Amino acid sequence: MMQDAQQPPKLTDLPDLAQLIACPQCDALHFDADVPTGETARCIRCHAVIEAPRQLAMTRIIMLAAAALILMIAAIFFPFLELHAAGRIQRSSLLDTVMAFSTGMTAPLTLAMAALIVVLPIIRFTSLIYVMAPMAFGWQPARHAESAFRMAEALRPWAMAEVFIVGVAVALVKVAGLAHLAIGPAFWAFVALVIVTVLKDNFMSRVTVWKTLEQRRPS
Amino acid sequence: MEDTRTAPPVLTARAAGLIGCTQCGRVQEPGAERCVRCQSLLRSRDEASLQKVWAWLFAGLVVYVPANVYPMLRTSSLGKTSDSTILGGVVDLIHHGSIGIALIVFFASIMIPVGKFLAIGYLALSIRRQVSLSDHRRHVLYEVVEFVGRWSMIDVFVVAILATLVQLDFAASIKPGIAAVSFALSVAFTMISAQSFDPRLIWDASEGDPA
Repeated sequence: MMQDAQQPPKLTDLPDLAQLIACPQCDALHFDADVPTGETARCIRCHAVIEAPRQLAMTRIIMLAAAALILMIAAIFFPFLELHAAGRIQRSSLLDTVMAFSTGMTAPLTLAMAALIVVLPIIRFTSLIYVMAPMAFGWQPARHAESAFRMAEALRPWAMAEVFIVGVAVALVKVAGLAHLAIGPAFWAFVALVIVTVLKDNFMSRVTVWKTLEQRRPS
Repeated sequence: MEDTRTAPPVLTARAAGLIGCTQCGRVQEPGAERCVRCQSLLRSRDEASLQKVWAWLFAGLVVYVPANVYPMLRTSSLGKTSDSTILGGVVDLIHHGSIGIALIVFFASIMIPVGKFLAIGYLALSIRRQVSLSDHRRHVLYEVVEFVGRWSMIDVFVVAILATLVQLDFAASIKPGIAAVSFALSVAFTMISAQSFDPRLIWDASEGDPA
C-alpha cells in the first residue's frame, strides 16, 4: 500500500474518502490499497505499522484468547508459590497476592492489583472473542462489536500479566535467601498465559480488524 | 524502505481539510463527530493534548516523591522491624549478590520513571520550540515511552508477592508500605500522560502548517 503512495495526492483531485487512509500515528494520507496477507504496510513518513494482515489471524486470536482465559482460571485458583521455612509451608495463590494490600492504608491498591492482573486481562480476552468469533466464522459482526473492540484496544496497556511475571521472578530471588521456595502449578499457567498473550497481540492488526468489521456490517 | 534521513513531503489529512481517525485510519469529512467505521470520537488535533500531558505528568511527579521517601516494604524479623525504600531495596539486593535482579529493579523503579518524566517533558516542550532531535527520532522516543511505561509496575507486584508469601509470624513477615500506593499512582499517571500525547503534533511542528 505504502510503496505506491510516494506521490502525495493533489488537493484538487482527492479521490473518494473511502479509498484513503490517514496514518493513525502522524496523520499522513495514503491511498488505501488492499494489503496482501503476510505483508506489512507502513506509513511513508513515520514508519508506524498501519496494517499487517496475517493468515487466519481472526481464528488464531480467538483460539489464543480462549486458551488465555482457561489458563487465567487455572492461575487464579491453584497455588502460585510455596514457601518452606521453619517447618511451615506458606502457600499463596494469585488471589492472596491481590489481597496483599487489603489492610491499612494500602487498601485502594487491592482494587488496582485485581484490575491489572486479573480483571482487565479477562475483560480484554472476552471482548476479543466476542468481536472476533463471528468474523472468523464469516458471520456478520455481533451487536456492539465496535464498542467491544474499542474497549479491548483501550485496555491493552493496562492488562499487565507479563509485568506481573517478571515481578514474580524478582520476588523469588529476594526470598530465596530467606527460605526454600517451590513454584506451584499456577505459576506455569501464568507463564503460558503470558506467552499466549504475546502471540495473540502479534496476530492483531487493528486497522485490518476495523476494515473487516466495516465490510461485514450490513448497512 | 525509503530514505529515512529526510521525511518525504506528505499531505496530511488535516492539510487536505479532512479528519483522519486515530483508531482505524478512516478519512472523513471535516465536520464529522464520530468515525463512520469505528465510531471513535474524531479530532483533527487534540488541542488540549499538551495541557493534559503536563497535568498528568505533574501529578505523576508529585506522587513520585513520597514513593521514594516512604518505605515500600516493612520487614519484621525476630521482633525487629526495618523499613526499606525503593532505593534501599536495590542496595539490599546488591548486598545479597544478585546484581542482575538489582539491575531489573533499578531500571524498572528508578531509571524508567525518571527517564519517562524527562522524555515526556522533552516531547511536550518540543512541540512549541525548536529542538535538535528530528521528527522521526522524537516519534521513536514517543513509542518507546508508551511501550516501556507499564513495566515500572514490577516493584509494586514484587511487594504484593513478598507480602503474601512471607508471613511466618515471629520469624519473618513483610508488610507493604505506603510508598507502594504512591508509586503505583505515579506509574498510572505517567502512563495516562503518555497516552494523552498526540503524536501527530510532533510532525505538525516541523511542517508549520496551520491549514
